[in-house]
Amino acid sequence: MNDQQNTWVMAASGHEVITNTQLSQDVHKLVVTAPRVAAARLPGQFVIVRLGDGAERIPLTIADSNAENGTIVLVVQAVGKSTSDLVGLSAGDHIHDVVGPLGRPSDLVVEGTVVCVAGGVGAAVMYPIAQGLAALGADVITVLGARTAASVVYADELAALGELILCTDDGTAGRTGFVTDALADLLGKRPAAVVYAAGPVPMMRAVAAVTQPRDVRTIVSLNPIMVDGTGMCGGCRVTVDGKMRFACVDGPEFDAHGVDFDELDDRLGTYREFERQAMTHVCRSAG
Amino acid sequence: MTDRPLSKRERLKIDRQEMPTSDAAERSRSFTEVNVGFTEQIALLEAQRCLDCKRATCVDGCPVSVDIPSFMGEIERGDLAAAARILFADNSLPAVTGRVCPQETQCEALCVRGRKGAPVAIGHLERFIADWARGHHHDDVAAVEPSGRRVAVIGAGPGGLTAAGELSRRGHAVTVFEALHLPGGVLSYGIPEFRLPNEIVMDEVRRLEALGVQIECNVVIGRTYTLEDLQAGFDAVFVSVGAGLPMFLDIPGEGLKGVYSANEYLTRINLMQSYAFPDANTPVLHGDRVVVIGGGNVAIDAVRTALRLGAHEATIVYRRGRNELPARVEEVSHADEEGVRFQLQVSPLAIEGNDERWVTGVRCVDTELGEPDESGRRRPMPIEGSERVIPCDTVVVAVGTRANPLLTSASPNLAVTNRGYLIADDRGMTNLPGVFAGGDIVRGSATVILAMGDGKRIAGTIDEYLHATAVTIDSHRRRVMSEKGLGTW
Ligand SMILES: Cc1cc2nc3c(=O)[nH]c(=O)nc-3n(C[C@H](O)[C@H](O)[C@H](O)COP(=O)(O)OP(=O)(O)OC[C@H]3O[C@@H](n4cnc5c(N)ncnc54)[C@H](O)[C@@H]3O)c2cc1C
Ligand SMILES: Cc1cc2nc3c(=O)[nH]c(=O)nc-3n(C[C@H](O)[C@H](O)[C@H](O)COP(=O)(O)OP(=O)(O)OC[C@H]3O[C@@H](n4cnc5c(N)ncnc54)[C@H](O)[C@@H]3O)c2cc1C
Ligand code: SF4
Ligand code: SF4
Ligand code: FES
Repeated sequence: MNDQQNTWVMAASGHEVITNTQLSQDVHKLVVTAPRVAAARLPGQFVIVRLGDGAERIPLTIADSNAENGTIVLVVQAVGKSTSDLVGLSAGDHIHDVVGPLGRPSDLVVEGTVVCVAGGVGAAVMYPIAQGLAALGADVITVLGARTAASVVYADELAALGELILCTDDGTAGRTGFVTDALADLLGKRPAAVVYAAGPVPMMRAVAAVTQPRDVRTIVSLNPIMVDGTGMCGGCRVTVDGKMRFACVDGPEFDAHGVDFDELDDRLGTYREFERQAMTHVCRSAG
Repeated sequence: MTDRPLSKRERLKIDRQEMPTSDAAERSRSFTEVNVGFTEQIALLEAQRCLDCKRATCVDGCPVSVDIPSFMGEIERGDLAAAARILFADNSLPAVTGRVCPQETQCEALCVRGRKGAPVAIGHLERFIADWARGHHHDDVAAVEPSGRRVAVIGAGPGGLTAAGELSRRGHAVTVFEALHLPGGVLSYGIPEFRLPNEIVMDEVRRLEALGVQIECNVVIGRTYTLEDLQAGFDAVFVSVGAGLPMFLDIPGEGLKGVYSANEYLTRINLMQSYAFPDANTPVLHGDRVVVIGGGNVAIDAVRTALRLGAHEATIVYRRGRNELPARVEEVSHADEEGVRFQLQVSPLAIEGNDERWVTGVRCVDTELGEPDESGRRRPMPIEGSERVIPCDTVVVAVGTRANPLLTSASPNLAVTNRGYLIADDRGMTNLPGVFAGGDIVRGSATVILAMGDGKRIAGTIDEYLHATAVTIDSHRRRVMSEKGLGTW
């Protein structure tokens, strides 16, 4: 079966990696040719990429695109086997499959002040949303958080779109502390019409907890485990307002105040044991 | 091989030939095909059972009216190439249908020999001929003049692939757009290797490509392109996107770790090859005790797959009785042989989990069958006081699929039923001129052969439609085609 799939797979055309730039210790920015995706994508949408035969299908936000050149930008944090393989590509290498754009485009709300909260690689997930908002004339304030100065990504890009409040857990850059502290301070001073959040689940949960009592509409971009990205497998199901939703077709953005973050966080751990195995398998075969 | 045709009496004396299968204990641990296939000798004997009825009722049972007695006759004469020609004239995927058609309710159900004893094993013979043809060159197409017309097919399942082949044989330039990274639809991601090797589907795909059909994977219509883009760039569109949105039970516990839809479970294994983890990167939970909820082909495929991944206990939980199981009879008996457990007339109430939110069991209640419901099947009624928990660590929900709104929600002009299925007239045309539809997205979850039948029939009406409409390549069309990368004229 493998051989047969191989032949098929070889016949299709790949997507060239034009550049691969390291942004921080484990985050890389890849510019990849995908003209159809570049032409059709809107803020908030993602692609699913598959490196080649035997590789996983992994969802990644389209951080930016250039329709003229037919390229898209992917910002990838190496957290496991598949993302490590991806950041290890060099210019000129090919990604076999890039499908998209997937998911519903962001619901861009342009009224009053809009606060975008991003943590870690979530900065790149937030970038197209903030870009879309700014293009529509919204007054965008971004609260960007990272563990330490060296792991901040996309700060300049986000700063170009409006005010940027940078926070690091260890105080090596910007304010010391979590994005939620900065957000609470900000909302105390300036009422916001809507808050967008993207980042690790605990961060998004904490943002929802800050905005709920203040009754500020909050939209989060969820990142459950996905397979097909077309509504066919149900693996990406999340519970929102007590109802089952498929993040790949109904989302990935949802009203934060209805999201069951515990379930999302928990389900992301389904394959933890496998992830460890996949990494040791790599190390062994490599060495 | 016989020169001298047998008498009817001699034919009636021959018993139905058994399909050779691989050993149940061994095969239940491997993904190799269960049915080994007839030898030429067995096939000859079985074909000799056919009475070559004047009024061949078997043909009425086949949705694509395969000329069954004629291909039987050629097998009997030993002219397998002729048998293949007859078969392929009506059925473009006999290697698939010979394996997966529910013959017992279709062709074989109406075979006269079934009235007293066993019907002719039409499906097994169909598979025999198709497999023979795969190993031998058979030219199924005479070159045709290109018509200069372009047709887009959405979805590379059996419906779409069949339509693509038929349209291409009529000289039209066909592009198939498929959302996944491999063509085949349910044949690739759903039906497991031990029942339908992927190789057979890919063979068919290569045959289509040799005809000139273009298959573009990784294109999601409704996202990458809209239906309107395709209407502008092509002379006609055939929508065959299947009905692949999995349903859940809406009972507590479906968000626990260890709960899969059958589509996810089978896709991880068939499409992503997760059985080969870590050599293939996609993981799947190898349950020790797996409960599959449902009783159709999908459920049986999932439960037999669970055994092959090493489950010690693999159990079907189905709320009706054995006679009501919608799965093919052959699959149920294979599952029995392989050691699948059946908990029949049992209805799930909740999935239970531990503190870490891993599945620990399915809380169930026994049912008795009451009056028939709208579907004509007897309605299961819970029996009070029969609640209990079936312990397990993995649950696969296989209770059906429905229309996926991805394409239709992006094209609000397209008329759909209140359940989201496309509405097509007797030519297979939707309310939008030049946009046709068939297969599961029109019928609701049905069968491979019905989807293929639609693909074939509607390819014919698309062809008529194209002959009746003028070629329009206006500036709008040129622009859409070049801007969207849909080719140039
Ligand atoms: C809509 C969407 C957009 C995303 N955008 C980005 C992005 O722009 N940049 C980026 O770096 N990451 C993004 N992710 C997350 C990214 O898909 C995962 O980090 C990646 O799939 C992990 O694969 P792995 O094999 O390297 O890691 P694994 O070893 O498989 O897992 C490492 C961690 O990632 C989680 N994970 C595993 N598989 C998935 C999956 N299919 N989807 C989500 N999480 C998973 C696991 O829970 C685990 O915590 C996005 C996810 C979604 C759903
Ligand atoms: C596990 C399983 C076992 C089965 N067993 C049997 C059996 O034994 N016998 C039998 O007769 N039937 C069986 N069936 C049913 C049978 O497979 C279906 O009836 C048949 O495949 C329907 O064909 P189709 O062409 O309409 O759609 P599908 O086979 O569903 O193919 C549709 C294709 O369209 C693609 N697609 C969907 N949306 C889009 C989009 N927006 N853009 C681009 N592409 C898109 C999908 O990815 C898919 O590849 C089984 C089904 C399953 C799930
Ligand atoms: S296509 Fe299916 S129903 Fe028709 S003859 Fe073949 S096995 Fe029977
Ligand atoms: S009904 Fe049975 S015996 Fe008669 S032609 Fe058909 S297969 Fe042969
Ligand atoms: S990823 Fe399969 S349904 Fe969403």
